[in-house]
Amino acid sequence: MNSTLNLIAVAVLFAAPAAAQMKTLNGAGATFPYPIYSKWFDEYHKVKPDLQINYQSIGSGGGIRQITERTVDFGATDGPMTNQRQFKVDGKILHIPTVLGAVVPAYNLKDIADLRLSGPVLADIFLGKITRWTDPAIAKLNENVKLPDAAITVVHRSDGSGTTYCFVDYLSKVSAEWKKKVGTNTAVNWPVGLGGKGNEGVAGLVKQTPNALGYIELIYAKQNDIFYASVQNKAGKLVKASIESITAAADAAAKSMPKDYRVSITDAAGEGAYPISTFTWLLIYERNGEGKGQVLKGFLRWMLKDGQGMTNALGYAPLPASVNAMVGKTIEGIQ
Amino acid sequence: MVTAVFDRARRVPGSRERAGDLLFRLTISGVAGIILLAAGALAWQLARESASTWKSFGLAFLWTSTWDPVSDVFGVLPFLYGTAVSSLLALLIAVPLGVGAAIFLTELAPKRLADILMFAIELLAAVPSVILGLMGIFILVPGMRALGAPYGVGMLTAGLILAFMVLPYITTITREVLLTVPRPLKEAMYALGGTRWEVVRGVSLPYARSGIVGAVFLSLGRALGETMAVTMVIGNTPKISASLLAPGYSMAAVIANELAEAASDAHLSALVAIGLTLMVVTIVVNGAARLMLYRLGSRK
Repeated sequence: MNSTLNLIAVAVLFAAPAAAQMKTLNGAGATFPYPIYSKWFDEYHKVKPDLQINYQSIGSGGGIRQITERTVDFGATDGPMTNQRQFKVDGKILHIPTVLGAVVPAYNLKDIADLRLSGPVLADIFLGKITRWTDPAIAKLNENVKLPDAAITVVHRSDGSGTTYCFVDYLSKVSAEWKKKVGTNTAVNWPVGLGGKGNEGVAGLVKQTPNALGYIELIYAKQNDIFYASVQNKAGKLVKASIESITAAADAAAKSMPKDYRVSITDAAGEGAYPISTFTWLLIYERNGEGKGQVLKGFLRWMLKDGQGMTNALGYAPLPASVNAMVGKTIEGIQ
Repeated sequence: MVTAVFDRARRVPGSRERAGDLLFRLTISGVAGIILLAAGALAWQLARESASTWKSFGLAFLWTSTWDPVSDVFGVLPFLYGTAVSSLLALLIAVPLGVGAAIFLTELAPKRLADILMFAIELLAAVPSVILGLMGIFILVPGMRALGAPYGVGMLTAGLILAFMVLPYITTITREVLLTVPRPLKEAMYALGGTRWEVVRGVSLPYARSGIVGAVFLSLGRALGETMAVTMVIGNTPKISASLLAPGYSMAAVIANELAEAASDAHLSALVAIGLTLMVVTIVVNGAARLMLYRLGSRK
């Protein structure tokens, strides 16, 4: 017992000077990629024991605000910064795509395991124009399914969220009425529905309320065994969200990837593409003080090479090879 | 006589005040000053951060009901309505229950039982609100749905959770003031042939009135500001509905929900403006309580 204590004391004595020299990077932002980011920072700490990366998952909006005010070394967001916001920043902020995820329509219908929906139908449901499960538009997509003659209880996020951004960005693309009446943002003026706080809040309401329909992240639906619908994509094919179908959506977008990576891949072309997919980005200044640019660059190189191999286990899709190569060139410009 | 001496000592610091006294007086005034300073700084900061909202919407912010973060149009009315209605519902349920329980504890219950019950009530007051919210989600919401509410979540559910939360306050404080009712007063009433009910109604309650009013306003203050438990069961829909079973929203809940992801400056400013509104509402409620207690006190 005593010798153990001594050992600890000695260890602490030796660790103290090392801790003083340890470099730290602080980041804040999106909650959606938090599981993979914390895994990466943990693994990278094993590779580089003298570097500690802290990440607070406070939300994309908070991440954008904090990186703009330079209170953190890097930010993270699920929705790209607008031109207007970038204009206000002193310095140039790069969007570095890291992984991809998807948002799925989760529902609670007894004995129906494979519901099919389309973009315009989803938009009309969330606009309050389609109010019952037996609506002809839904019935047409689900010909051999016995839909309940009941009202649809619509559930959405009550807190601002990158998940919401991705979902309404898709609705805006497939429905002119949605674009005009509601629009795209991390929080919107919902025409109908109940609000649940967080993925768990929406999932809870959907699970509890018979005949409910909401939207949550794919990983969340998978982990909690919640039924989610397949969605008709731009090519007219019904696709269920999976790592393959998300990657297919990213592949379609990779051909016309803009240089600043601020691209929305919802409603992507391609037969196998899942239409409600999104990149998630790290926000990093092109010029950093105190040698932090080199440290960040080191981490990003590792993320593109070793880090990408860890995504599938956590339900995220890795970057397509062409995008990976492109990002590899971009990060070399970080100072 | 004694007060006069104290008054003089306070007014004339002069030569007789020792250095230690002076130091003590300055320290204590400083501590008291910090409270004022903090409250003032809070109000100033809220006003400053929300200035752009007041500039673009004016006082109409208070009575318009659109909340659209996409086109940056904001109005606080549905949230104000939700906060007010859910809190009043809570009082409507909790006041009769709490006062009734307090009367039972002081006048009717055997001492052993009263001690056990008081312990349980004080325990209830210590339950964190997020736990009450969970209870709401897992028990109250399905229960309400089983009773015929369309969603389960909604204004009435929020009112019930809030009632549950403020009940211990009302019970404890009312019991404390009922215990201060002088025995001779009650005994005089009994001597006149009064029944227990007549003693409670004619002596105890009038005597304890100002204390009970104080308890009610303290509870109202708590209900107005409650965030976590409310957002978990109110439905988070910024609409004003005639039905109490319909979902609503509250001021504290929308701030907690949207602040982290508020990307545009106008959205952020509008959320702070809600904070300022909430602060003004609670100050008005507390002021009204003071005024009422003062009136009741001077009438006695």
